[in-house]
Amino acid sequence: MSALLETRNLTRQFGGLRAIGDLSLSVNSGEILGVIGPNGAGKTTFFNLLTGIYPPSSGDILFKGNSIAGLLPSQIARLGVARTFQNIRLFRRLSVLENTQIAYDSQLAYSPVDALLRTPRARVMERESIDASMELLELFELGSMANECAGDLSYGSQRRLEIVRALALKPTLLLLDEPAAGMNPSEAMQLLDFIRWVHAKFSLTIVLIEHHMQMVMALCDRIEVIEFGIRIAGGKPEEIKTNARVIEAYLGVEGELP
Amino acid sequence: MKIPGATSRILPAVLLFVGLIVSAVLPATGLVNDYLQFVLMSVAINAILCVSLNLVNGWMGEFSVGHAGFMALGAYASAILTVKLFPGAPSFLLFPAAVLIGGTVAGLAGIPVGILSFKTRGDYLAIITLAFLMIVKSGIENIPYTGGPRGMLGIPRLTTVAWAYFWCVVAFWVIRNLVYSKYGRGICAIREDEVAAEAMGVSTRSAKLVAFVTSSFFAGVAGALFAHQLQFINPSSFDILKSTEILVMVYLGGVASLGGSLLGAGVVTILTQCLQPLGTWRMVVLPALLVLLMLFRPGGIMGYRDWNWLKPRIFTKPRLEKSK
Repeated sequence: MSALLETRNLTRQFGGLRAIGDLSLSVNSGEILGVIGPNGAGKTTFFNLLTGIYPPSSGDILFKGNSIAGLLPSQIARLGVARTFQNIRLFRRLSVLENTQIAYDSQLAYSPVDALLRTPRARVMERESIDASMELLELFELGSMANECAGDLSYGSQRRLEIVRALALKPTLLLLDEPAAGMNPSEAMQLLDFIRWVHAKFSLTIVLIEHHMQMVMALCDRIEVIEFGIRIAGGKPEEIKTNARVIEAYLGVEGELP
Repeated sequence: MKIPGATSRILPAVLLFVGLIVSAVLPATGLVNDYLQFVLMSVAINAILCVSLNLVNGWMGEFSVGHAGFMALGAYASAILTVKLFPGAPSFLLFPAAVLIGGTVAGLAGIPVGILSFKTRGDYLAIITLAFLMIVKSGIENIPYTGGPRGMLGIPRLTTVAWAYFWCVVAFWVIRNLVYSKYGRGICAIREDEVAAEAMGVSTRSAKLVAFVTSSFFAGVAGALFAHQLQFINPSSFDILKSTEILVMVYLGGVASLGGSLLGAGVVTILTQCLQPLGTWRMVVLPALLVLLMLFRPGGIMGYRDWNWLKPRIFTKPRLEKSK
């Protein structure tokens, strides 16, 4: 397997705080990689660096072999890196369809002049945007809610819509930031099947941040553990489960992870 | 299903054309006096100002108070053309050119403000637009060529009901097209969550530029129409009060709404005229109305909604269900 994404000595400093320090890891094409670590370990900062929301203080990020450090988030997204957010960040007053279209729109190549004059070129592409977005929504059983405000959906549907919106970008790499947050164990296990299905159906590479250990262990091919912005362990789920350093980071004393 | 589709497409065009003919013929029939014509023109000009400001303040969710500045640039640029440069040119050629150039000058001035909005948001951007307004106003005050603080006199009366109507339709049509395009969705996404918009591949920079340039272009167009309606302009016609007047229309009619822009401009303009007999008390009615509206309908009468007939057909609900 080849590396789809690679970070080299990635560092991010916020004033005196080193949120991510010298982080070098790689994501292989086609795998599901889990990123775990205690609260405040820098996991979300890591995602924000990968997606360009913060530029790195030093170090480099390679996506498909090219450096993406310093690009705008929209440029990185267009290269095929999509994400969801820990606290749902849908466009709440826009419709479910519009939410999906906004992500799909980056594939439409018409100019502002086409838009202002609504030329045939713009019309054809607008039709394409609606049809493709509807198709995607149907696939995720959100089609009947296409005209509703995203903010009016139930919590579960909002989580699902965030994933649909990310998929509308046609990404090769999908970053999921705590997809099981706020779910009970049985919902989390349903989500596990859902993520597996999405992974296969869209032939994606997935990196996920998750606190729900049972789910991470069952879902991920590989796990990276971060504490205080530093990578402390990495490997197969079974290795991580018994790694003394990881158990110490989580529990402070020796014991068995649930 | 072909026939209703065709009707719904042709009908608005026919109605708009009939409206243009009526607006051109009406003054000649003598049925409407000069005063009524003046009010009609004012409604159209204010509607252009309102819908163009709504693009930035409503759809994009920013707060610009500099709209009168763009209006001033359009007014002065067009008046220089008709008064100073080509006073003798035939008006049917000169006037459209003057309005277009007024819009273009204002649109170009929208570029730096748009660029400043890349990194500045909310209150800070509001202050930048305020600074822009002050720069434009004091700039014009210090140019002797255009009369300095005394302004420009003797502008030919070229704005007619038909021209005002025509430009109003153009402004609404273009802004409708923009709002219901990928750029328009990007503009709305910036309002809802700028970080998420960027992460979903929206180039927020180009969306902001398109919004500011389009908005200021039409402010310039309205300024040109305004100058050739009143036949006199001076820098203080375009002060913060003028911006406030447009803001009132936007927030009364409804943010992020084409119908709301039309409604806001119509209600405010006509109400101001109707309340003339009240004297000073008319200054109380409109603000009181605004306070009540903010209490009970913070988004304005038509906030975040629109009538289906104003939308492109593929965005109306029945069509969506059919496309499944």
